[in-house]
Amino acid sequence: MKKKNPHLRKALDLAVKGLSSLGSGIGIAVLFWILFEVVRRGAAAFNPAFFTELPAPPGVEGGGLANAMLGTLMITGLAALFGVPAGMLGGVYLSEYGRGKRFGDVVRFVMSAMMGVPSILVGLFAYGLLVVTSGHFSGWAAVFALAMIMIPIVSRTTEEMLLLVPNALREAALAVGSPRWKVTLSVLFRAARGGLVTGVLLAVARVTGETAPLLFTALNSPYWPDKLSEPTANLTVTIFNYAMSPYENWQRAAWGGSLLIVASVLALTLGARILSREKKT
Amino acid sequence: MNLASAVRVITRPETCETSPAAPPPSIQVRHLDFYYGATRALKDNNLDIEAGKVTAIIGPSGCGKSTHIRVYNRIYQLYREQRATGEVIIDGQNVLDPKTDLIELRRQVGMIFQKPTPFPMSIFDNVAYGLRLHYRLSADDIAERVQSALCAAALWDEVKDILHRPGTALSGGQQQRLCIARALAVEPRVLLMDEPCSALDPIATARIEGLIQELRGRYTIVIVTHNLQQAARVADFTAFFLMGELVEYGATEQIFTAPKDPRTEDYITGKFG
Repeated sequence: MKKKNPHLRKALDLAVKGLSSLGSGIGIAVLFWILFEVVRRGAAAFNPAFFTELPAPPGVEGGGLANAMLGTLMITGLAALFGVPAGMLGGVYLSEYGRGKRFGDVVRFVMSAMMGVPSILVGLFAYGLLVVTSGHFSGWAAVFALAMIMIPIVSRTTEEMLLLVPNALREAALAVGSPRWKVTLSVLFRAARGGLVTGVLLAVARVTGETAPLLFTALNSPYWPDKLSEPTANLTVTIFNYAMSPYENWQRAAWGGSLLIVASVLALTLGARILSREKKT
Repeated sequence: MNLASAVRVITRPETCETSPAAPPPSIQVRHLDFYYGATRALKDNNLDIEAGKVTAIIGPSGCGKSTHIRVYNRIYQLYREQRATGEVIIDGQNVLDPKTDLIELRRQVGMIFQKPTPFPMSIFDNVAYGLRLHYRLSADDIAERVQSALCAAALWDEVKDILHRPGTALSGGQQQRLCIARALAVEPRVLLMDEPCSALDPIATARIEGLIQELRGRYTIVIVTHNLQQAARVADFTAFFLMGELVEYGATEQIFTAPKDPRTEDYITGKFG
């Protein structure tokens, strides 16, 4: 038998190692490049007025995106207010009541499919359902669209987290005479708390950066978001509009808004990581 | 956790009295069959369990010992594919009757599991959990009953200063006694123990066995064990199961010294199992 050349084997090993390192290097480099640019150009837009004032007209210095920040907070917050409980209840159904049932399997499949639906379709759906019928764009339509995006994410993570709780704990709680709903709320939710909060934070982070569904629903507005029944200012669509405008001060504001979004998504993701790590110890 | 009530507990004189609400019942099992899907796991079990005594169920792994006692409180119903037929009569009531109130049944028939299962809450709240479910009590009464349950489970002295700590922070043996306290707190009349010592070291095991001796007479206790010495030490009566069938049932001494069935003899002399 002829032996294989050991030098070739070592060279091949080195080549694969080098190529895979290069691949991950490219990924990380691009990420840091984007972050660097966003921070460098976004930070330049930050000043007290940026966080407190209404947008300035094109070419006029000063002004800020306070209305868009408030609008995004309101839309995301309300979407979470509706989407999180609905999603959690759905997750409870999937893990506690729908297991092994045909209806449960269908719901689970549909939830998974909905997680993969492009968000622009959800936006179009909300547009057809709420904007066309009411005759105008509105913040409420955006709340609806974002809640629809959150529900399947929260449902599936809730289901996964509840399934991680061992059956022994369910049995123990039932065995002292606890009704099923109370087992879920007072024992399982406590046991899975870290994971559940993580799922919610990730869902909020996901919709914070959504633009497409808002284009069809909230649209945008240069005014304070005092009525959600009208077009409502928000960060992502503002970034979209300002970045494509020819005005230098608007472009700078768009960078500032981008930095703000990136920072908040990063903070949410980091929070989720810390919580999920705490759960393990 | 209510810290104020915990403090009240600590300042209370330390008494260790528990009194079950009613005398312990006897249990009659008639023609009990059990199915996991299409698999028949119990075959025509017939058994009379004496009131206030300790009955051990022994047998090799997979013989249906745990399955058998999991019918008594209908905990098996958590799983859709599991099904029982026949009768398990406690106090003249067939618990397999669909009209049985499961919550009241499980208050009267407590269960201790193989692995300690403290709830993710404080030691105090673990014991108070069942109390708050079944009774309307003032904070004082809850604190008092938590103390007496912990006392009865021989855990009070070890935890009286750390009642606010999570139950999961205790050692395995302490966790198991916490689970016993949790079960005793709601004043059950029957205690089912499903290999309660299999996850514990010998010292913790000895404490649980001592506890069973103390509870004898006040509760009807059915203990599943794969440990023959344990059955011999704690049980008044012993039932030997093999492949889902009740092979022999009698006074523990008779089962271990003069078994009537050759299969029982083979098992207790270690020829299989």
